[in-house]
Amino acid sequence: MKIAVFVKQVPDSAAKLSVDNGNVNWGDAPLVINPWDEYAVEAALQLAEKHNGEVAAISLGGEDAKEALKHALAMGAGSATLISDPALANADAAAAAKVFAAAVQKLGGVDLAIFGKQAIDSDTGLAPAMTARVLGWPALSMVAAIPSLEAGSIKVERAIEEGRQVVESKLPAVLSIVKDFAEPRYPSFMGIRKASKAEVPVWSLGDLGISAPESKVSWTEITAPAAREVSNEMVTGANADEIAAKLADLIIAEGVL
Amino acid sequence: MACIWVYVDHFKGTALPASYEAIAAAKTLGGKVTALVFGQGVDALAQTAFHYGADEVLLGDDASLADYRAEAYASLLSKLAKEQQPDAVLFPTSIRGREIAAMAAIDLDTGVLVDVTEISKDGDNFAATHPIYAGKLLSKVTVSAKPALITLRGRAFGKPVADASRSGTVTKVAAAVADGDLPTKVVDYATVEGRVSLGDAGVIVSGGRGVANNPALTPPAEITDEKEKEIWRAQQGFIMLGELAQTLGGAVGASRAAVDAGYIPYANQVGQTGKVVSPDLYIALGISGAIQHLAGMRTSKVIVAINKDPDAPIFKLARFGVVGDLYEIVPALTKALKERLGK
Ligand SMILES: Cc1cc2nc3c(=O)[nH]c(=O)nc-3n(C[C@H](O)[C@H](O)[C@H](O)COP(=O)(O)OP(=O)(O)OC[C@H]3O[C@@H](n4cnc5c(N)ncnc54)[C@H](O)[C@@H]3O)c2cc1C
Repeated sequence: MKIAVFVKQVPDSAAKLSVDNGNVNWGDAPLVINPWDEYAVEAALQLAEKHNGEVAAISLGGEDAKEALKHALAMGAGSATLISDPALANADAAAAAKVFAAAVQKLGGVDLAIFGKQAIDSDTGLAPAMTARVLGWPALSMVAAIPSLEAGSIKVERAIEEGRQVVESKLPAVLSIVKDFAEPRYPSFMGIRKASKAEVPVWSLGDLGISAPESKVSWTEITAPAAREVSNEMVTGANADEIAAKLADLIIAEGVL
Repeated sequence: MACIWVYVDHFKGTALPASYEAIAAAKTLGGKVTALVFGQGVDALAQTAFHYGADEVLLGDDASLADYRAEAYASLLSKLAKEQQPDAVLFPTSIRGREIAAMAAIDLDTGVLVDVTEISKDGDNFAATHPIYAGKLLSKVTVSAKPALITLRGRAFGKPVADASRSGTVTKVAAAVADGDLPTKVVDYATVEGRVSLGDAGVIVSGGRGVANNPALTPPAEITDEKEKEIWRAQQGFIMLGELAQTLGGAVGASRAAVDAGYIPYANQVGQTGKVVSPDLYIALGISGAIQHLAGMRTSKVIVAINKDPDAPIFKLARFGVVGDLYEIVPALTKALKERLGK
């Protein structure tokens, strides 16, 4: 069983963001592995452990994306590769998916390509289904559990808005993993040591044998949202019933019920 | 004249309200609006699409479309778009909407503007606003190819008004892939009983870690473990929140702390790593208001917070705040609202 898992390096979710001449600035907040991708790595590792597989972690980004890969290595991934090429600086989701698909092809013999649900910076969540489509593989997104996996087939439980959808699929397939799957493990001491010494090879577009895919989506402007104007009113009273009565009247007066 | 398609997203024949918001949004862009209805035995949805403003409906009705499968739905949409060349296709930002748009973008060699909160026509192109970094920033985006595929955030566009007298032509279209040629098969569903989808809810009553702090509740004697006692207390608390939510026809949400502590399932989590919601009324109970929680609910119209701690950050965002014990206020509030709403 060969598993490719995709990870991204993103600003910590508590980062205070500002925009400076159209560039996003997150001050001295740390960059971290995209929290959703930790679930993807955990799923990849669990499947590899159960099915005698190997896990290859892949990231697309700049030099700092090596940290996300090292996190995956420290958790237990067998190998890590960075895809980096200046021509991909403004890649949209579809262009990135074409690159991911090329990486899967280059690895060769991949049974499962696993993603997190979405990246917490760009918030698009398009990569899994797009990569699946480029590869011509089925997309099994929002996977909360994997009741069975055999040579050539998989059964997954997808957490959709309305409940759980249980789907059987042929392999190879692309998966995206949600939080219900399992808590991601902490990197072990040995894992961290191994990761800190690991060489992370870098693949360019040339190494993948493709030219830069054309991006159809462009970002014309990034702005900070207008501050939320709230006229705040604290409700007080002699006892709970009085407070509740006042609050109920105020809520009804807002006309939202 | 512009030609805009709207994908009517539904689960087993029940349309997401955001599907109709998308039809209404398409109307504001000018031109002809075509609704896409895919499934099996879903003719009724075509009629509702007309009521909300569709001018015509393309109806895909086939065994291969009976259960939602991204591959089958995307292939049909792509085939139709190649033949008929719409200028844009709008989808609700649901799991299905995102998947179909993503796959169709690859088939049609175009781009997706995802989860947008505003949309406009900029000459021949469509421009949109997409909140990024969990809504901390806004990105203006455009797509240079046709059709522009755009998923709209639920409740970000106006509530449409239905006109039952409207009707139009339904054109049946054949499925693009035969059932047996699809790589996937749906073998089961487990729907969650009585759950109001957080994304569509007009009212959300959310509980945090504070919901576990009811000293008056005595856990049953057979529970001896301290952690289990806390979970039991919190779950009783969430039943109380559920009653308030039910009174208001809303859904129950939660903070991540409450989810991680095992008080309530992850499906109820609001926030950056949960659901991003935008109800008319959000009532936060025993929630401190961490930035990751605010990221999921800051666009709610009216926010009400009840918290013991007068310095809780949630109060900064709240239209109405009460410093107090939620176990004293919530039952009284439920009673007061029941009386006023005649329930
Ligand atoms: C990467 C990342 C992602 C995250 N994503 C999310 C997310 O999606 N959603 C989310 O919510 N959080 C998220 N968090 C967690 C977030 O940082 C906070 O830890 C969490 O929101 C706190 O939840 P809380 O407000 O319920 O708990 P606490 O911060 O512990 O607050 C409990 C509050 O309850 C009050 N209280 C206690 N008892 C009572 C009572 N009887 N009556 C009234 N008030 C009472 C207290 O005064 C306190 O303010 C994320 C964190 C990280 C690092």
